Amino acid sequence: MLLLEQILNGLQYSALLFLLASGLTLIFGIMGVINLAHGAFYMVGAFCAAYTASLSGSFWLAGLAAVIGSALYGLLIETSIMRRLYARDHLDQVLATLAVVFFTNELITVLFGRSPPAMPTPEWYGTFVEVLPGLMYPVSRLLFIAAGALVAIAMWLLINHTRLGMLIRAGADDHEMVGALGVNIARLYTLVFVFGCVLCGLAGFMAAPLLSVEIGMGEKVLITTFVVIVVGGVGSVRGALAGALLIGMVDGLGRAYIPQLLDQLLPAEVSGTLSGGLISASAYIVMAVVLLVRPRGLLPARA
Amino acid sequence: MSRRVLIDLLCLATFALLPLLASWLHEPFLVSLFTRLAIYGMAAASLDLLIGYGAMISFGHAAFFGLGGYVVGVIGFHTSQAMPLWGWEGSSSALIVWPLSLLVCALFALVVGYLSLRTSGVQFIMITLAFGQMLYFVLSSLSLYGGDDGILLNERNTLPGLDLENPVQFYYLCLGLLVAWLLFCRRLVNSRFGYVLRGLKQSERRSISLGLHPLRYRLSAFVIAGVGGGLAGILWANYAMFVSPDMGAWHKSGELMAMVILGGVGTLIGPVLGAAVYLGLEQVLSLWTEHWLLIFGPLLLVVVLFGKKGLYGLLLSPWPRWRKPPVPNAPPAIANSEVRS
Repeated sequence: MLLLEQILNGLQYSALLFLLASGLTLIFGIMGVINLAHGAFYMVGAFCAAYTASLSGSFWLAGLAAVIGSALYGLLIETSIMRRLYARDHLDQVLATLAVVFFTNELITVLFGRSPPAMPTPEWYGTFVEVLPGLMYPVSRLLFIAAGALVAIAMWLLINHTRLGMLIRAGADDHEMVGALGVNIARLYTLVFVFGCVLCGLAGFMAAPLLSVEIGMGEKVLITTFVVIVVGGVGSVRGALAGALLIGMVDGLGRAYIPQLLDQLLPAEVSGTLSGGLISASAYIVMAVVLLVRPRGLLPARA
Repeated sequence: MSRRVLIDLLCLATFALLPLLASWLHEPFLVSLFTRLAIYGMAAASLDLLIGYGAMISFGHAAFFGLGGYVVGVIGFHTSQAMPLWGWEGSSSALIVWPLSLLVCALFALVVGYLSLRTSGVQFIMITLAFGQMLYFVLSSLSLYGGDDGILLNERNTLPGLDLENPVQFYYLCLGLLVAWLLFCRRLVNSRFGYVLRGLKQSERRSISLGLHPLRYRLSAFVIAGVGGGLAGILWANYAMFVSPDMGAWHKSGELMAMVILGGVGTLIGPVLGAAVYLGLEQVLSLWTEHWLLIFGPLLLVVVLFGKKGLYGLLLSPWPRWRKPPVPNAPPAIANSEVRS
């Protein structure tokens, strides 16, 4: 039972990571920009959701506000700042987007205050369902997993079976050629960036009632998101899915089994302190191992 | 005397005469601020060795800063608690503790560098970040050493002939080490080793075909930079008499990168200026408003987007600065295409 529950917990974390990583990896794959500010849009989404829900009391309206809020903020940032960065080197990109993170954190603090209103949720949200005989699992987390799965399927359809998806794939391959064929490449870039921000907003909305909504929540998960896309292969959505599942599972199972394992191997006072660090570091250890074996990630975008 | 030498001497004179100025103005706080500048300047300059000369964009440089500080902190903790560390009762002598700490940093850099340098580009940025975070989490999980809260030190290390508890003497020690480090780095980048490093930055393939082994040079540079970051961490631990995992957190690495860019990539002295401006602005703006990042963020953006060579480059650029310098000896366009065909 513990194993199954931990797998579900891991899946829920994977869903969060996938929502963030798929957008980030597309942005990197197509525009070639390292976007440290990606987590900021997630935070904007979460704050919009919490604020709207506490004002209106409507759960679904909060979701809408989160998506629209982060999409608009993304549009603003893309048109004012990001598009100047696409041709720059990675160092400039890292710094400029770091500056956006600084700015956004303070902006949100000024607008909403340090502690946002707690997000009210409808009654059904807090209930449990019996997933398997004897295993009760909260609806909220199941909803999160379902959202992640839906987005994964939708993205697969979008990228492989629509004209826009074709342009995205072509843009990732050779954006100059796509531009030469008459596609408005600047608009495609904006579209992809805002699409990534919409996914961030969705993730922020899903996470707002479950995790703590706070300043700096974006950076915390962003670093792990980077781990996910590097593990999966930068620029590849399939890789992002594989990476998110791997890292989510390692985290979920690690939380359950690392303390037990260390307790058996080491004296109690050592294992207690070490296991906490090992759980937090597990994602980074996985990444280091993957990069050593396959420097370009598990499923790289281009062979 | 070239402008470059003039600027360098001016910086040195400002730093050297500062304690006099501080005592004249009755602002002992200035000495403390400039000690911070010198320490961060050293960390930023060592990162510049990687970014500016080796094209290795390390996003985990703060790890060495944190590790260097933590070794001092841990030894200080064991010494003051009379708790032997693997049978060694500890020491508070800088001559023992500091080299030990630098050795730990060098070993850590050797391992991290060897593994990270298997990758390049964005993967290198990310894997150095990952190693930095790994260290951060390990440090925060050390509950014996305060976990997230870190270690408070009772005293600074001792050095024969100097009283490190005296702020002015400690400041001059930091300044002396900073100048020595900068001179060492300058010699390094102008040596054969430095030229190989820069050659690798320009074209790895060409360098390999000249018979050079990239990993050997890059790894050496990585270790040297790690030692520089570690030395800065050691000084910080002694300055603040406090170490915490935040010293190695990723935003500290970001700050160090910002200092390098702000001052000028590949100039060594520039990052020291960058550190001074960064910390100075932080000081001034945070006195003015609690939300200083609201102003600092856009300011940083402007520098990245529009400042080409950082502060040092701006100081060295020909007057008047707002006019674009003429491109020297631009070859005619036709000749260029002829060469290609």
